[in-house]
Amino acid sequence: MKRICLAALLLMNTVAFAQPGQSEFKPVTEIPASEQLPSAPLVIAAYAFVWLAFVFYAWTMWRKLGKVEQELRTLSAQIVNKRP
Amino acid sequence: MRKAVVPLLAAAGLIFMTAPIIIARARYESTMGLVQKIFYFHMPPAMLMLLSAIFCGIVSAIFLVRRRPFYDWMAFAAAELTVLYGAMAMVTGPLWARKAWGVWWVWDARLTMSLLMWMVFVSYLLLRRYGGPGSETLAAGLALFGMATAPFVYLSVNIWRTIHPLTSVVPTLPVDFAFALWYSFAGFLLLYIALMMLRMTIERQRTLLDHLYLESEE
Repeated sequence: MKRICLAALLLMNTVAFAQPGQSEFKPVTEIPASEQLPSAPLVIAAYAFVWLAFVFYAWTMWRKLGKVEQELRTLSAQIVNKRP
Repeated sequence: MRKAVVPLLAAAGLIFMTAPIIIARARYESTMGLVQKIFYFHMPPAMLMLLSAIFCGIVSAIFLVRRRPFYDWMAFAAAELTVLYGAMAMVTGPLWARKAWGVWWVWDARLTMSLLMWMVFVSYLLLRRYGGPGSETLAAGLALFGMATAPFVYLSVNIWRTIHPLTSVVPTLPVDFAFALWYSFAGFLLLYIALMMLRMTIERQRTLLDHLYLESEE
């Protein structure tokens, strides 16, 4: 019985304090400045991403090239040493 | 080939360092304002992604006919650069869209087809990485499919109703915008050529290495 009373009380409380639902959307021509998304971080993020992508790709290419050339030198030396 | 890469990289680096100054001095677009300046770092990689996809398809077709490794190296490099430039276009685009359209992404014809084309070239690279011997032939076939999507990506904004600007925007740009755009495009193009030469050099060296391994085993 106590539980039912408690649940009923909670339900009444929820109904009494519930916010009324929005019945319509009102259009405005301009939103306040505080609501607008700033452009500068988006522009900086776009430029930074392009720069970082290029630098990262070029760096990985130089690393790969260095590795292959090192391996080539080692193998060439081994072949020369094997020859009678 | 490696000697030619350094001056190209230096020239591209110079353009990239000076491009922000030219872009900052270009006039603001009337409705979008500052965020429209992403355009100068969005349109060049997007255009080069399309051109690179077409180039990759053409050299892949030549490779399928002639079977010379030179064309395979070129196709592999072009596919990798298509993915790189595509990633740039697909990251800078949503950053611009968030402010201009109010959303990061829209499943409209241009964006969806660009993503699909990009995924075809990602699958090309995955095939080359994990496909094993003979994957170059399969990948060349895949590149042909990738190339076939490129004209649809370009024309999609004119054929279907999309939120993306039309292809007529670039040819009709006022001089202020056009100069900054083509200056930036030159930097992206030079970098494309330099990175392609570098990538091809690596593939050539790898082929040489494979031959040397075979020779050392015999």
